Amino acid sequence: MRVAGSLAPGVFLCACSGPQSALDPAGREASEVATLFWGMLAGAALIWLAVIGAAVFAGRVQKEPIGDRAGLRLILWAGAVIPTLVLAALLAYGLRLMPVLRAGEASLRVHVSGEQYWWRVTYERADGTRIESANELRLPAGRPAEIVLDSADVIHSFWIPALAGKLDMIPGRTNRLVLHPERIGTYRGVCAEFCGRSHAYMAFPVVVLPPQEFEAWLAREAAPAEVPATSTTDTGAFLANGCGGCHAVRGTAASGTIGPDLTHLASRLTLGAGMFANTSENRRRFVAEAETLKPGVRMPSFGALAPAELDAIAAYLGSLR
Amino acid sequence: MLLRRETPNLWTLLTPPAVWALHFLFCYVAAAIVCARYPASLDGLRLAIGLATMAALAIIAIAGRQAHRHWGFGSDLPPHDAPTPEDQQHFLGFATLLLCALSAVAVLFGALPALIIAECR
Ligand code: HEC
Ligand SMILES: [Cu+2]
Repeated sequence: MRVAGSLAPGVFLCACSGPQSALDPAGREASEVATLFWGMLAGAALIWLAVIGAAVFAGRVQKEPIGDRAGLRLILWAGAVIPTLVLAALLAYGLRLMPVLRAGEASLRVHVSGEQYWWRVTYERADGTRIESANELRLPAGRPAEIVLDSADVIHSFWIPALAGKLDMIPGRTNRLVLHPERIGTYRGVCAEFCGRSHAYMAFPVVVLPPQEFEAWLAREAAPAEVPATSTTDTGAFLANGCGGCHAVRGTAASGTIGPDLTHLASRLTLGAGMFANTSENRRRFVAEAETLKPGVRMPSFGALAPAELDAIAAYLGSLR
Repeated sequence: MLLRRETPNLWTLLTPPAVWALHFLFCYVAAAIVCARYPASLDGLRLAIGLATMAALAIIAIAGRQAHRHWGFGSDLPPHDAPTPEDQQHFLGFATLLLCALSAVAVLFGALPALIIAECR
């Protein structure tokens, strides 16, 4: 019992921080939600104490029944009037937050489309130019960003707990979310609506950068892949095996749009929509065993390729910085 | 007319929640139509919801006055469960009165978003 008692606070503290916690907010909406949560927790604790206190009072202290009139009055106030007032205050507070959170002139717009089981990410600059990317979201700190959400297949839900509440991605409908990231760092976003067998493997890293760094990164992301011309990293094996039919690598003949854009794959933090660390070993494994690693994935496994060819593909993927 | 009954019945009991249901439907349907068709300005919608809310509250207030009378102005306390016509009256009146309070609060809560929300998003 004593062990459990001394462990418990640690367990609670662990759950409150980290890259995917609504209680460790790094954005404006998440801060509001966290404040609301702590306020409601305190209020709920007070109400709980009052109810338990009344029960103890009735059972231990005052053993005589109270009169009918007094009982009715208690029901009227504690059972109807006070709960109604508390709910009205919470409702008004919550509604008042909504316009504040949705507003803001965003200079950056990012289109994010949910697909089983990955994220198509397109940055749109103020001048309308579009930059294709995938499975990672980078944002400038201190600037509002409008996230335009839709889905290519089933309902997904876009949720970065550290930045804001979640919003559904619905086929045939466009939903808008304005994010106000405030703290620099790396967070984790997830799909929050069950969308199929690999739903749990549909996540993405979110990197909040200082604005100048973000602009520099976006400029690099907009450029085509620069591939050092060595014999081990040519596009040959990649194109010969049909990868280019589904994947685009800007600056090469690969221009498929069925799967994620791979132009700067090696500079992403994760592989397979937040599933693995983006190491050369994992890239080779993902290409060889995609269907086993990620059930239901829309990419065939290429495990039947000759090891040398897999090595060449993995080396090529690793060169896409 | 339901609102001028000597004796309560199931219809007078159902009037306040029915008003709540209609008000709720009106608010949501009106907001959906305005947001789909004319999202530029919400002033007309606000006015319409305000008027509907006042009308709903007025009907509920009248129903509440009548229920108070049917209850015998609280001359005796619940549970009103004796098998007599008088207790039946008092029971229905009291139940209607409670429903009036619930419906009035619900109508106000339903109208609150129209007051506070700034745009269709
Ligand atoms: C039939 C279409 C298709 C073909 C062909 C295909 N892929 Fe994929 N690929 C996908 C899809 C869809 C995904 C997204 C999988 C997921 O995470 O749900 C993907 C994901 C990937 C990823 C992970 C991307 C990321 O952002 O983490 C890599 C790397 C990759 N593919 C490499 C390849 C290579 C190399 C080939 C050729 C040997 C290939 N793919 C062939 C459809 C395809
Ligand atoms: Cu999903």
